[in-house]
Order: sequence, then structure tokens, then C-alpha cells
Amino acid sequence: MTEIFGVPIQALFGQLMLGLVNGSFYAVLSLGLAVIFGMLNIINFAHGALYMTGAMLAWIGLEYLGIGYWWMLVLAPICVGLIGIAIERLMLQWLYKLDHLYGLLLTFGLALMIEGLFRDLYGVAGQPYSIPEEFAGAFNLGFMFLPKYRAWIIVASLTVCLATWYVIEKTRLGAYLRAATENPKLTQAFGINVPLMVMLTYGFGVGLAGFAGVLAAPASQVGPLMGSNLIIVVFAVVVIGGMGSILGSVVTGLGLGIIEGMTKVFWPEASATVVFMIMAVVLMFRPAGLFGREK
Amino acid sequence: MMKRKLLALALSTMLVPVAGTALAQAGKISGDVVKIGVLTDMSGVYADLGGKGSVVAAEMAIEDFKAQFKPKFKIEVVSADHQNKADVGSNKVREWYDTQGVDMVTDVLNSGVAIAVAKVTTEKNKIMINAGAASTRLTNEDCAPKNVVHYVYDTYALANGPVSVMIKQGKDSWFFLTADYAFGHSLEKDATAVVLANGGKVLGGVRHPLNASDFSSFLLQAQASKAKVVALANAGGDTINSIKAANEFGLTKNQSVVGLLTTIIDIHAVGLQATQGMMFTEGFYWNLNSETRDWSRRFFSKHKKMPSMLHAGAYSAITTYLKAVHATGTDDTATVMKKMRETPINDAFAKGGRIREDGRMVHDMYLVEVKKPGESKEPWDYYNIKKVIPAEEAFQPMALSRCPAVKK
Repeated sequence: MTEIFGVPIQALFGQLMLGLVNGSFYAVLSLGLAVIFGMLNIINFAHGALYMTGAMLAWIGLEYLGIGYWWMLVLAPICVGLIGIAIERLMLQWLYKLDHLYGLLLTFGLALMIEGLFRDLYGVAGQPYSIPEEFAGAFNLGFMFLPKYRAWIIVASLTVCLATWYVIEKTRLGAYLRAATENPKLTQAFGINVPLMVMLTYGFGVGLAGFAGVLAAPASQVGPLMGSNLIIVVFAVVVIGGMGSILGSVVTGLGLGIIEGMTKVFWPEASATVVFMIMAVVLMFRPAGLFGREK
Repeated sequence: MMKRKLLALALSTMLVPVAGTALAQAGKISGDVVKIGVLTDMSGVYADLGGKGSVVAAEMAIEDFKAQFKPKFKIEVVSADHQNKADVGSNKVREWYDTQGVDMVTDVLNSGVAIAVAKVTTEKNKIMINAGAASTRLTNEDCAPKNVVHYVYDTYALANGPVSVMIKQGKDSWFFLTADYAFGHSLEKDATAVVLANGGKVLGGVRHPLNASDFSSFLLQAQASKAKVVALANAGGDTINSIKAANEFGLTKNQSVVGLLTTIIDIHAVGLQATQGMMFTEGFYWNLNSETRDWSRRFFSKHKKMPSMLHAGAYSAITTYLKAVHATGTDDTATVMKKMRETPINDAFAKGGRIREDGRMVHDMYLVEVKKPGESKEPWDYYNIKKVIPAEEAFQPMALSRCPAVKK
């Protein structure tokens, strides 16, 4: 069998595939963060908690209301989006004129409260959520055994990322959004309702987090800690990709997923830190991130 | 007049400490209150294993003790969250001992925290009955048998049961998936020793960060090793996610997965579909006999979850302690410890348990196998008891003790 650095090439392909799966989550989550930061200048620390909320809602829907996976894949992001809109209207909108730090502290506090609430209600061990029947089983790719559900994660998240990119870069609505980001006062002067757009953007951004949460529910345990385990890495992804850069966050998300997967083969103990090492190096040479523009 | 007052005051201040020590020597209870501290993880990865459930168990222990013995002294419980941090835990316990008159602490899950708290307890000459931390260091290198009892389980007992049985079934090649910190290392070390002693071999292992969000990569490596058994030297959420991913990637078809520290809480969280056929060591199961069933149902009615071995162990530990205080009429550490060592432990948790000279409480352990979904008749009906491991076999023999305080 061919080997690279003492690792069979087949095992390497397997790890590449898994890296792509994890990278898909990073991509969707960092995309939401990037959109929010680009538009609102808010560093949304509640993103992880809202991702967890998406997964919990999927579980609650199935457990108490008998609503299946497919419906929840649509409903949960909408619910999370509505929660986001409420947060934006009631709290965040008062902070736009202040330093970034205030938004960060507010959303961090919110994250702790949301997590605490679910922890109190359901405990930390988490709830099982079974894989939808359509995706039970696995593909035998020859070099690995790829569960169908993991393949679906890649397809679904790439589709969402692509659609978001298309809407923002190629449609009229996207053009308004970008204009409002660039110069809110001027855009308002042209008769565009900027506060409404800001509100919808935040709702959409956290809705993406809710979507990732539902995607993650069958693949891992649905529990209150699932968001905080992931969010720090996602922040690193956003920083590496460049704050506010949409394409950057998607590409870096996938790329870092793969690098992390490779690290798990060659040096498993470092797999939790490798992303931060890359972040440190990138910040030294390109402080605005790989795809970011310095203002 | 003034002079006389001053004199009286001076005399009385001199008399108080004298009277105090005299009373303690005569075997009285300080402040007429026995105070028990439950130090646990209230919000992190281990909160379902101990956490609020341990406080419920403590309250039940006190309620039952009061009903049975009608003691003259008061009993109080305090509890705190150590957040799985050794410094937070030891500071809290120091405060409890110094300013709040706590006599005994229990639960103390997380080996790192437990070792730190054991040091404070020894320094202040109080009692710690550890029901949750697993490292065998607590009765070996870091033993303090005058102040510390290791009550429920340890890494030796956890590894011992399933490993020898599985090797006898011909599953003799092992691969470890280990949480990369003190507890995981200790568990892997003890399990490796048992594997080798039984003629098995270890093909390799991989160490994952604590609280890893994704286990699929590690399991793919375990799969590639072609080992017959994949042993999980981790706990809590990490074990749960490892088992789930092992099922998803088809690992369980050709290999056996063994969770070395698995509890009923984990099985409940993952479900029988993914865990059926798993074998591991438990210190307690609610459905053993009518006594365990009655106790556990009472616990369930208060906590809405069946007890883990840690909860049942904390109940038993507190009961054992209170009985010793009641019998000797004092909360003096040496007297109570002596009484506890002399008295066999018989309650819902343990039958014929005893505290050894190294501080280890030895009692029967159970090798359990998880039922198939079809075999389970009611919620929480999860285990078939494969074997009762007698107390003498379950724990590390005294001959192997590395505890400096034990005379050989």
C-alpha cells in the first residue's frame, strides 16, 4: 500500500473527507458571522449559543411535537432568525454607535444566558437525535466508509454558502446591502430603509447558525455545550479569512477543516490548537486576514 | 466596678478556649452542627454524573439518617461548583473549613480537583470522602488514609472488569482512544497493564483533546488499526460522542467498543440502539434488588433521572459518616475515621463494604452488558448483570499499593 509519511494513502483520503465535513460547519457558521460583522460591525458572540439553539429546537420539535428532520431544517433556522431579530431590535440596535466591545460583551452575556437556560432544562449530557431514514447507511468509497449523512452535510452547507454568496454579490438586494455597509447615511438618503436591512441581516446571519445546528444534530449529541466547543474555532476562521469577507470565510472554513483533519492523523494532540497557530501566523503577515481589505 | 467588669471579661475570654478544647476532648460535636460540603461540577461536562444529583443524594441521606437515629445534633449541607478547576475547588474547601465549620466534603469528582482538595483536607485535618474522582493516585502516590476515603470506583476497578473478560472471549488486540489529561492517562495506564497481564496486546492509541467536538478522525484511525477492541479511556460527553461516531462509521460491525468509564447517564443519553452489547464496570445499578429499586425510585421522584453510581455512592458515604459521628458522639477526625474503618458498610449502595488502611473503600462491583432495544422493558431498564466482581478482586490488591503511609 502506498504511504505518505508512514500513513497509508487510503487513511489520508478518509481524513481529507472528514476535514471537508467539519470544514462545512466552519464555513456556514463563519459565513453568518462575517455577514453580521460586515453589516452591523457587531462581533456576535452569541453565534455558538444560537447554533446550539437550532439543534435543540430540532430535538424539541421531534420529541414534543413530532416534527421531523426536514421540516425542522426549515423551521428551526426561521425560529432562530426571529430570536435574532428580537435580540437586534430590543438590545443590539442601541449599541451601534458605541465601541465594538459593547456589542461583544452583550452577545457574550446572551450566549451564557441561553446556554445556562438549556443546561438548567435538559442537563449537559445531551439528547440523542437519530439520523433521518433517507440517510441511514453509508457509501463504500473503497478507501473509506462514508456515512451518507456526512455526505449530505457537505452538499447542504455548500449549497447554502453558494446561495448566500450569489444573493449578496449578484442581486439587487445584495447591492443594497453592500451599499448600506459601505456608507449607511448615503444609502439612507437614497430612500433605502437601512435599519430594516440591518435587522434582517442579523436575523439571516443567526438563521444560518440555526441551520448549521440542525445539520449537526444527527451527527453529534444535542447538548447545551455544543456551541461553545465550536465557536472559538469559528472565530479563528473568521479572523484568518478576513472579518466581513464572505468568500474568505467560506474558503477558509473548508480549508481549515481539512488542515485540522490532517493534524488529527499526524499529531492528534495538536488538533485543537492548529487553527490558532495558523491564526497567529496569518495575523503577523496579513493583519486584515487572507481575504480582508484594510480600511 | 469598671475593674471588676474588665477582670470578668478577661477571665471569660480566657475560659472560652479552655472550655472549647475541654469539650472537644470529651467528645462533643463542634457547634452542635455537623456540616457536610458537596463539592462538584454543577455546570460542565460532568454535571450530570454528579452535580445537582449529588446534592439531592446528600439531602436524602440526611433525611433518612434523621428519621432512623433521631440525632441530637443538627446536620447541614452546603454545596459549590468547582468548575473542574483545582484552584477553585481547593479555595472553596479552604473557606468551608476555615470559616463555615464544614466537617466533611464529598463528591469531589474530577481527579485534578480531588488531589488538590485532598491536600487541603489533610492540612486542616478534616475528612474527604471522594465519590467521584477516578484516579488511583488518591490511594497510592497521593494517599492520605488519615483523612481521605476513596469510596465508589477508581481507574483500576473500571479497567479490570471488562478487560479480562473480553480477552478471555478472544478479543486480545486493543486500541486506546484516550482523553489527553491526567484521568485519561491514568485509565489508559491501568487498562494497558490488565491487557498485558492477561496475555493481550496493545496495537496503538490516539490521544484526543478534552471536550473534542468531532471524533470521526480518531475513530477512523482506530478502524485502520484493525484492533479487535477499541477502548475509550474518556468520560462524559467525550464517551457519548465517541460511541455515536463509532456506530455511524460502521466501526461496531467488526470491532468491539468498550467505554472504560461509562455510566447509566451516558447510556441514557446515547440510547440503546447505539450502545447495545457494550460491556463495562459499574459500581451501582438501580435495578439490582428491591432495596436499590426503592431507593432509586425515591431519588428519581426528586431528580427526574435515575441515580449514577456516584449519586448512590455519595448517599452511602454521607450515611456512613453520619453513623460514625452518631456512634462516637464527636466530629473529631481521628475518632470518626477510626469508627468508619471498623464498621462494615451495609446499605442500598454497598453490602459488606469496608474501608482499607490505604483509604480505599472496597465493595462488590458489577460487570454489565447493555441490553438490546427489544430486551428493555421500561425506561432506564438498560443492563444485564454479567458478573458480580467480588470486593477483593475488584480493586487493586494491597500488595501492589504504592501508598507511603501503609506499612508493608
